[in-house]
Amino acid sequence: MRKNKNIISVKNLTKEFKNLKAVDNISFNVERGEIFAFLGPNGAGKSTTIKMLTTILEPTKGEIQLNDIDALENKDLARKTFGIVFQDTSLDDDLTAFENMRFHAVLYKVPKKIQNERTKELLEFVELWERRKDYVKNFSGGMKRRLEIARGLLHHPKILFLDEPTLGLDPQTRKHTWDYIKNINKKENMTVFFTTHYMEEAGKIAQRIAIIDHGKIVASGTNKELQKKTKTKSLEEAFLFLTGNEIREEKIGAKERMRERHFRRNH
Amino acid sequence: METIYILWLRQVIKYFRSKSRIIGSLAQPLLFLVAFGFGFGSIYEKAGEGNYIQFLAPGIILMSVLTTAMFSGIDIIWDRQFGFLKETLVAPVSRLQIILGKTLGGATVALIQGIIVLLLTLIVGFKPQSFASLFPAFIFTFLVAVLFSSLGTAIASVLEDMQGFQLIMNFLIMPIIFLSGAFFPLSNLPKTIDFISKINPLTYGVDGLRGALIGVSSFAPSMDLLILLVVTSTLLGIASYLFSKIQA
Repeated sequence: MRKNKNIISVKNLTKEFKNLKAVDNISFNVERGEIFAFLGPNGAGKSTTIKMLTTILEPTKGEIQLNDIDALENKDLARKTFGIVFQDTSLDDDLTAFENMRFHAVLYKVPKKIQNERTKELLEFVELWERRKDYVKNFSGGMKRRLEIARGLLHHPKILFLDEPTLGLDPQTRKHTWDYIKNINKKENMTVFFTTHYMEEAGKIAQRIAIIDHGKIVASGTNKELQKKTKTKSLEEAFLFLTGNEIREEKIGAKERMRERHFRRNH
Repeated sequence: METIYILWLRQVIKYFRSKSRIIGSLAQPLLFLVAFGFGFGSIYEKAGEGNYIQFLAPGIILMSVLTTAMFSGIDIIWDRQFGFLKETLVAPVSRLQIILGKTLGGATVALIQGIIVLLLTLIVGFKPQSFASLFPAFIFTFLVAVLFSSLGTAIASVLEDMQGFQLIMNFLIMPIIFLSGAFFPLSNLPKTIDFISKINPLTYGVDGLRGALIGVSSFAPSMDLLILLVVTSTLLGIASYLFSKIQA
């Protein structure tokens, strides 16, 4: 049987928290080998969607297929298809950088030989090889971020989810990281699904883009298509056209985010 | 197998790295041993029950094992707070493997703690009946460790923050210890207390360990063993089910 050309297929996905719809009946597909950007203002529902796609949050309604596997019915199997770099830290502070890498490699069953090669390659790549024996708790925010990315690239999954991977990185590291990811994408046909606030980054790297706001997908297509549709000259302008100029609360917890959206809806 | 091993290893590494935790956790059993042992010792002997330290030592060992094992479950709440939990949640391995690794890790740590406390009791004057008795003692201690490590994990899986955990620990740990026969014999008790002690799994751990170490027990060792095995495997199942329901 020929495989479905869509590696991610989402239908009518909805997540309701007490009295707010964080994700409101969204549907989209991502093709095999595609680099797909998922954009939206803060609190639009990006992270909630990624959490549902990666099996750690139960949707209220809807269907998710990852590599033709029902990700809601068959969580264990679905987890084998993807890797993820989370928006906030998910490292063990009490372990060293190297131990964090090793822990991940074992969980993802990376063969020993590749494990050692790749750990060295990646830690050198993010310039942490010299610090590999240091506890993560002694690392700065930027170093943790770099380690997190290195760890996420240890195994090469069919789908790589990246939730604002380059947040807080300097332009050099950002560029290197994307070059590295694009390289794996090309060599191994790895699908990349990412969110970012850097519009330029999204425009340059993603083959297709979806914009989500207030839990709904408001537009999707290539960078050019989005600009054409909104009659704007850059992705940033298109984004602002679609989501408005109103400033959203910066970086807050899920609960605050809920409260904020609830407030907005009722006033 | 390697998955279980790496999760186990993580618990053990973290234990040995927190030297202050090891030392701190020895204060309580030592205090109980000295205060109870010497405080109640003479009354106990006058009542014609024999040497109290002999009776008390197995109870103190398991008290320490239980506390350490239960608190190893707290790790899940820390992991949740510091984000590391997500790393394990999205890992492409079965939830049972994760729980087995974590629980066995917690149990190993608790077992080491138990051995240290055993050494402390020897200093205070405790005399196990024979060297060979240490083998069955080891088995009972390990089962108690796994049992309460899974219980801690199960509870931590459904709690979101530290406060709730502390509450349950205090309302659970203390009654479990006090109503297990760890400190006093479970004979001639009022009916309710007697009933509670009978459904308390630690009772069978204490009884089994006491049987092994000093040759005195209320139930048959095989019965203690059977009950502990059944409760432990049930709790392991419950813990991995609850863990699989965690939402991030």
